[in-house]
This record gives sequence, structure tokens and C-alpha cells, in this order.
Amino acid sequence: MSEFLQQLLNGLSLGAIYALIALGYTMVYGVLRFINFAHADVFMVGAFIGYYMGQRLPQGTIWGGLIVLTVAMAGCALLGMLIERLAYRRLRGGPTLNVLITAIGVSLLLEYSGQVFFGAAPRTFPAVFPVSTFHLGPVVVSTNQVIVIVVAVLLMVALELIVYRTKMGTAMRAVALNPKAAQLVGINNDVVISFTFGLGSALAAAGGILYALNYPSIDPMMGVMPGLKAFVAAILGGIGNIPGAALGGLILGTVETFIGGSQWSTYKDAIAFAILITILLFRPAGLLGKFTVEKV
Amino acid sequence: MTFSLRSSLLAGVTAGLLVLASCSKAPAPAGGSGASTESIKVGEFASLTGKEAAFGQSSHKGVVLAIEEINTAGGVLGRKLELVSEDNQSRPGESATIVKKLISRDKVVAILGEVASSRSLEAAPICQAARIPQISPSSTNPAVTETGDYIFRVCFIDPFQGVVMAKFAKDTLKIRRVAVLTSVSSAYSVGLAKYFTERFTGDGGIIPLEQKYSEGDKDFKAQLTAIKAAGVEGIFVPGYYTEAALICKQARDLGLTIPLFGGDGWEAPQLIEIGGKAVEGCYYSTHYSPENQSPAVSTFIQKFKQRWNGEVPDAMAALSYDSAQVLADAIKRAQSTDGPKVRDALAATKDFAGVTGNTTLDAKRNATKSAVVVTIKDGVFKFVETVAP
Repeated sequence: MSEFLQQLLNGLSLGAIYALIALGYTMVYGVLRFINFAHADVFMVGAFIGYYMGQRLPQGTIWGGLIVLTVAMAGCALLGMLIERLAYRRLRGGPTLNVLITAIGVSLLLEYSGQVFFGAAPRTFPAVFPVSTFHLGPVVVSTNQVIVIVVAVLLMVALELIVYRTKMGTAMRAVALNPKAAQLVGINNDVVISFTFGLGSALAAAGGILYALNYPSIDPMMGVMPGLKAFVAAILGGIGNIPGAALGGLILGTVETFIGGSQWSTYKDAIAFAILITILLFRPAGLLGKFTVEKV
Repeated sequence: MTFSLRSSLLAGVTAGLLVLASCSKAPAPAGGSGASTESIKVGEFASLTGKEAAFGQSSHKGVVLAIEEINTAGGVLGRKLELVSEDNQSRPGESATIVKKLISRDKVVAILGEVASSRSLEAAPICQAARIPQISPSSTNPAVTETGDYIFRVCFIDPFQGVVMAKFAKDTLKIRRVAVLTSVSSAYSVGLAKYFTERFTGDGGIIPLEQKYSEGDKDFKAQLTAIKAAGVEGIFVPGYYTEAALICKQARDLGLTIPLFGGDGWEAPQLIEIGGKAVEGCYYSTHYSPENQSPAVSTFIQKFKQRWNGEVPDAMAALSYDSAQVLADAIKRAQSTDGPKVRDALAATKDFAGVTGNTTLDAKRNATKSAVVVTIKDGVFKFVETVAP
């Protein structure tokens, strides 16, 4: 039983990170109907911003950690908006395939520029938050896991508030529903799309920092696998659907962890992806996705 | 077995002939044994960047030091040695490409490399087919030199290393129940796990479970939670330093205080950098310790420090230094840079005095050397004991 609870906790903290990245995929898809493959590399850049910031701040303090988190999120929000402005905006209105290929190009550009600027060798991520472990019944909890889950939940609540309680959120939903009509009622689509990219990228940066806290070895290729998993999580939950992305991330992280701890650990990715295929066979729009769902 | 050996030999010879044929068409074959004053090109492939960059960098520094020393002493056969280094970025697939390039474009007379067995294995069939001797400084998986008679190594092999750690766990750590955490995508890790398990269970030890991961994994909590539930007294982690450090860290996060131990793949400063306090009290076996007091080792450390800004050489640097020296010695004895002649001279290497002990290459082209066990104490590597073969 204690093993089960421990694995559940491990799975949830991994899944929370997948969920944060998945939210970015799903938001961009909701607004623009395309998969921003560069998203996983924004996640990587977030971790590297945290790495450089973390070296300049006293380690192991809560405020230091929060500063690192905020700076990385702001930096990546800018990066996300810049990518949208330079690479995707000109292609808007064209065939989706062109944007998709551009996204792959931007992704490779970030990865290999990362290798030039940061070097290909893995770096050790500083412990920016205070670290300790405590016992909760039979389960050993590390503060990093608590931080991951708390930050992820807070960010998801904040996102929900932004999307449903603010003017900008209403505009985002309007653009997602019908871009032309949104423009006709006076919404500036450029601003809204820019904002969506910024918001998604900030979440990816938070994911990057949380990931690096738990697995403190970062390199320019670190985004590839988590990015792929998060993409799968977004589809699993129903792409374009915000609670769906969160749910998909949690399911994927938990399933992966339980298989990883069993004797079939070698097949953990194969089984996780087989589950995806099975779910999509029965629910082609994902767990929470509906074809007519309100998409953001 | 015989058939596949014969057919692979046949393929090797055919490929070799093709290479020779294409060479003879070229206006001036650079690999020839003519009395030219051109430098002798030696190829090196290493993981200079990427996940195992620490290995590649150490190795590279050792080779550079050796080549520079040989050249200062007048070179080999009256000619200077010229090192051509290539980086495989620690990635699978790259080694084959760059070794092909070294052989066909740079026309090197021999290849030095790699540390990781999987990557040495990628290059071995190519060197064998081109009849260019390859010396791996520190790949310990037995399969590396089994590829063919042109492939050598100057370090001990995993069956020995597995035995060393099994004995160490039983006699020094005095533990009976050990879990094994293997990287399934690394030939080194799978081999070492197998030899450790054989010896440890043979000696009456119990291995209640073996957990697996893949190269590049970052999350090991699932495997470690299962290991924790199995109630073991130690964990054997035959992997490389990045994963080993993350595994130690996550084991401590889960409240596991038992010792973790591994093989020479752990040896890199990054182990302590990434692992921090978590790797304290962990052990690994390796080829050499800078704390060794022998004169050969202290001169080597002194020269290495002078050349590389005071850096203390690790086992990978010492072995690669030896590998370049063994190669130079073989070319001298062969009086030629011809692949087959250098190969024969290499195969006859006997009691070559190096930094990591005397190198004698046996019929299987492996060296027999003693191992040392090292622990991490107060953030530095500390010598524990030497285990003779």
C-alpha cells in the first residue's frame, strides 16, 4: 500500500509538469489550430534562464526560487511572443502545413542554437528552492514534489481565471471560436494571439524550472521527450481543451510511473503510447474533447 | 557461430580489398609505409560534448598529452604523429560516420576510442573491415574486442569489474540483498549487470529484483520506489555518471539511505556536481586512482597538471594516455604504418609499462589489470582499496 501511495505521488508530480507543458500546446491549438512544436524548446530555454539566474541568487531560499521562476516565465513569455511575431504571423491564413513545418524548423533552431550558446554538455541545475524531505505516514515526500504540485495547481487556477474572468480571456475564447467574427466585433487578433503565445510559453518556462528542480541535469535537448509526452497528454485530454490538457498530463505521468516501477519498466513509453492509441480509438476527440467544444 | 564468423570475416576482407583498391587509385596513398617525412595521422573519436562529455574530454586530454610527448621525443619512425580528433556528441550513430570519415578521408593509420562500449562497438566493424587497428582506451564490455582481430583495448573487462564489485559488496560492505538498476540501452551497463549478478548470486547473495531504465531518462523514482519496497541493503547501478548521480539523488529523496555502487562509468567530477550530498558514501570501481604513490603515476599527474591548467587526471585520461603510448610503441616495433603490420605488433604487446600498470595484450586483445575501488567522502573521491585480478 505504501508503495502504491509513493508511486502515486511520484506520478502526480511528474504528471503536473507534463500538464503545464500540455497547456501551452493546447492553448495555441485552440486559437490557431496548429501544433507549436517549438513549445518544448521554450521549456528548455526556461530551464536555462533559471540556471543562469539561480547562479546569481542565494540558493535554497523561497524568495530566490520565486524570483527565478518569475524571471524565467517572463523571459519565455517574451520569447514565445517573439517566435510568433517573427515566424508564424506572416504565415497566418496560409495552409496549416506551412506553419507546422515552420514550427519544426523553429524547434530545431532553438535546440541547436542552444548547443552553440549553452554547450551540449549537461549542466547541473542549482537547488533554487530549499530542499528537504518529510514523512507523511508511510510516504516520503520531498519538498520539490510539493513545490511542483503546488505551483502547477496555482498556475492552472490562475490560467482558468485569466481565460474565464478577464477581458483578454474572453477575447481569446472569441478568437478561438471564430477569428473572423472576433475581428468584426473589434478584437485585435494580433494582440490576442501574441498574448496566448506569451501565456503558454510562460507556463512552459514554469514547467522547465520545476522539471529541472526535480531532475537537476539540463541540456539543450532536454525538451524533446517531455515535449513529446506533453503533446500526447494534450491530445489525450482533447486538444484545445484546458482541463483536458491538465487531466491528460496527470494520467500520462501516473501511468508512466506505475509501469516504470513494475517489471515492464523497459516498455513504459510503449505502454503509455499504446494507452493513448486505445483511448483515441474509442474517443477520437480525446477524453474531454468534444467536436463543438469551446476552444481556447 | 562459425558460419557467421566466417561470413563476417569474408565481408571484412572484401570490404578491406575494396578500400585498398580505392586507395591505389588515389595519386598518393597517405597510409603507405614509404620513407616519407609526412606526419603519421592518428584518428581519435570521443564524446567531446553531450551527455558523456566528461569522459571524452578527459580521454582527449590524455591522448593529446601522450602525442605531444612522443613528438617532443622525436616522434615515431622519424616522423611526427598528427592527431585528428572528431566529436560524436555522445550520440548513437555518430561514431560510425566519423570513424568512416577518419579512415577514408583523413587516412589515419589507427583509431583511438571510445570510452562508452556502445560507441566503440559502432566503430569496431568499420575499423575491422578497413584493416585499421582500433584501440579503445576504456571500453570494458567484452564484445568490443570480439568484433575482430583489429580491435584492442588497454583496460580490464566487465567480467572482472563485475566480480570486483560483487566481492566488494559481500566482503567489504557485508551486504546480502542487493537490487540492480540497469540501463537497457547501454551495452556496458547490461554486461556489467550480468557479470555482477552471476558472481554475487554465486557467492550466496540475493538479488530480489532488477529494475531497468534507458539512456537519457531523468526520472527514476518509479524504479527506486519498487526497489525500496523490496527491502534491500544496497543498489548496484552499472551506468554512466549523469544517470548515476540523478539516481543517487532521487534515492535519497525517497528516504533510501543504503549505499549505491557502480563501475568505472561513474568516474567524472559531474557525479559529485549533480549528485551533491546524495553521492556521499557511494562506491565505484575504476582503473586507477591519482592517490596511487607509484613514480609512474606521480610523474604523469605532474605532466598532466602542467599541460592542462592544474587539472588532476582521472582514469579515462590515464587510460587514453596509455592507449596512445601503446600505439606508438607498436608502430615503432612494426617499423611500418601498415594496418596489418601495426596490428601484429599491437597483438604482441607485452609488459608495456604505463600509468595504469603494465599492459599485456592477451589472445583476445584485452589487457589484464588490477582495479581500484573509490568512494565519495566530503565532496571528493577517496581511494578505498586495490583489487588484483
